[in-house]
Amino acid sequence: MQELWSRLQDSFDQAFIVDDRWMLYVKGFTVTVRVAFFALILGICIGIIIAVIRTAHDSQRKSAHGAGHVLLNIGDKFCRFYLTVIRGTPMMVQLLIMYFIVFASSRNAIVTATLAFGINSGAYVAEIVRSGIQSVDSGQMEAGRSLGLNYRQTMTKIIIPQAIRNILPALGNEMITLLKDTSLVTVIGLKDITKTALNIQGITYQAFMPLVSVACVYLLCVLLLSKLLERLERRMRASDRR
Amino acid sequence: MIDVKNLEKSFGDHKVLRGITEHIHPGEKVVVIGPSGSGKSTFLRCLNLLEEPTSGSIKVDGIEMTDPKTDIDKMRQRMGMVFQQFNLFDNLTVKDNIKLAPVTLKIMSDEEAEKKAMALLTRVGLPDKADAYPKQLSGGQKQRIAIARALAMNPEVMLFDEPTSALDPEMVGEVLELMKELADEGMTMVVVTHEMGFAREVGTRVLFMDEGVIAEQNDPKTFFENPQHPRLKEFLSKVL
Repeated sequence: MQELWSRLQDSFDQAFIVDDRWMLYVKGFTVTVRVAFFALILGICIGIIIAVIRTAHDSQRKSAHGAGHVLLNIGDKFCRFYLTVIRGTPMMVQLLIMYFIVFASSRNAIVTATLAFGINSGAYVAEIVRSGIQSVDSGQMEAGRSLGLNYRQTMTKIIIPQAIRNILPALGNEMITLLKDTSLVTVIGLKDITKTALNIQGITYQAFMPLVSVACVYLLCVLLLSKLLERLERRMRASDRR
Repeated sequence: MIDVKNLEKSFGDHKVLRGITEHIHPGEKVVVIGPSGSGKSTFLRCLNLLEEPTSGSIKVDGIEMTDPKTDIDKMRQRMGMVFQQFNLFDNLTVKDNIKLAPVTLKIMSDEEAEKKAMALLTRVGLPDKADAYPKQLSGGQKQRIAIARALAMNPEVMLFDEPTSALDPEMVGEVLELMKELADEGMTMVVVTHEMGFAREVGTRVLFMDEGVIAEQNDPKTFFENPQHPRLKEFLSKVL
């Protein structure tokens, strides 16, 4: 028992204390958080824009014509192409392509990773938002339009607020997935928290302490995120009180 | 006021309206009745272009509604609509439901809309529900709010699409009462309903629709006491 304890203590020292290695984890963690956070914002922006283009395209009047109509058709085609490619290829491959081909001339791994994850997440968020918009009863749109509000006004004041409330759980899931998926950045050599653990394993020849600790960090982040989302959800359910 | 000519509407191969020509004058209370599937709701929804006609013309004060150049949003501001399923905005309080359109469209300032909303709520007898959400209301209350919401835009005509069909029987009265008051004040109304009592009492003209056409129309007294069309006779014998 005592032997086990001292061995644990030793590996803890090796993993965190010697040479102030814990600083490396902190640095790695900030990289993870930065990539996840900015990718999330990018993903949500892309997602909402695509969802709105696609629903607007699907719900336009049959007799619609003119420049707006043509633009909407082109936009819809482009969105479909984007969704197919992004959802049809693995995240890691996308990341590698972004780093070694698209941004081959730039070696700013953190920006490349953020873009890659943002663009990837956008495709999933788009489908979540679209399903949210479609889940709002069509009577809500009709009521808005019958009062003389235009499509955009009804969308922003009535439909999207209700859609967001409906999709919050699914969106939360996507955030959690995104946060964990950022560990893939190790393949382009970005020193996030996972890469840091691997590096320290390489130095100390001990896998247990660094990897399990990093797993715990991810777990804590996810728990925190879930709690925050739960709160937000409860607040947005205010109009559901009976 | 509303001039409909040869209005036709198909959903795919299914012809719902087969040529309707009708004129609705200011101040009239036109009640549309008929069996389900006869096209009454579709006819009503075509009037403010919620349903796009396949062919034909709808003119409101001489302005062609089906013309793509017509600002349909502007036209709809003049035509209030009340739905069978109420369609109150679930994410907004009752007061904000009423204020939304006038404020968003910059027809009223926030204070004006606030005043108007409270006045309308008092009028429909629900001033204490101003800060409630639609889900907290009964069906009858929802429909009265929906009427108030439509009235907030000061419409020239009100379209009612089976306003009492989704209500529990004991709540039908309060909504019909409000509609009757509205009629007495001279509002132009087009009402699709199954309430024969309302048609007889409030309507100035009753239309009977069957299989996409107006099969018969008359003033309420003659309409109910002396129906001509065999389909109407059969229909009335079932519902009266």
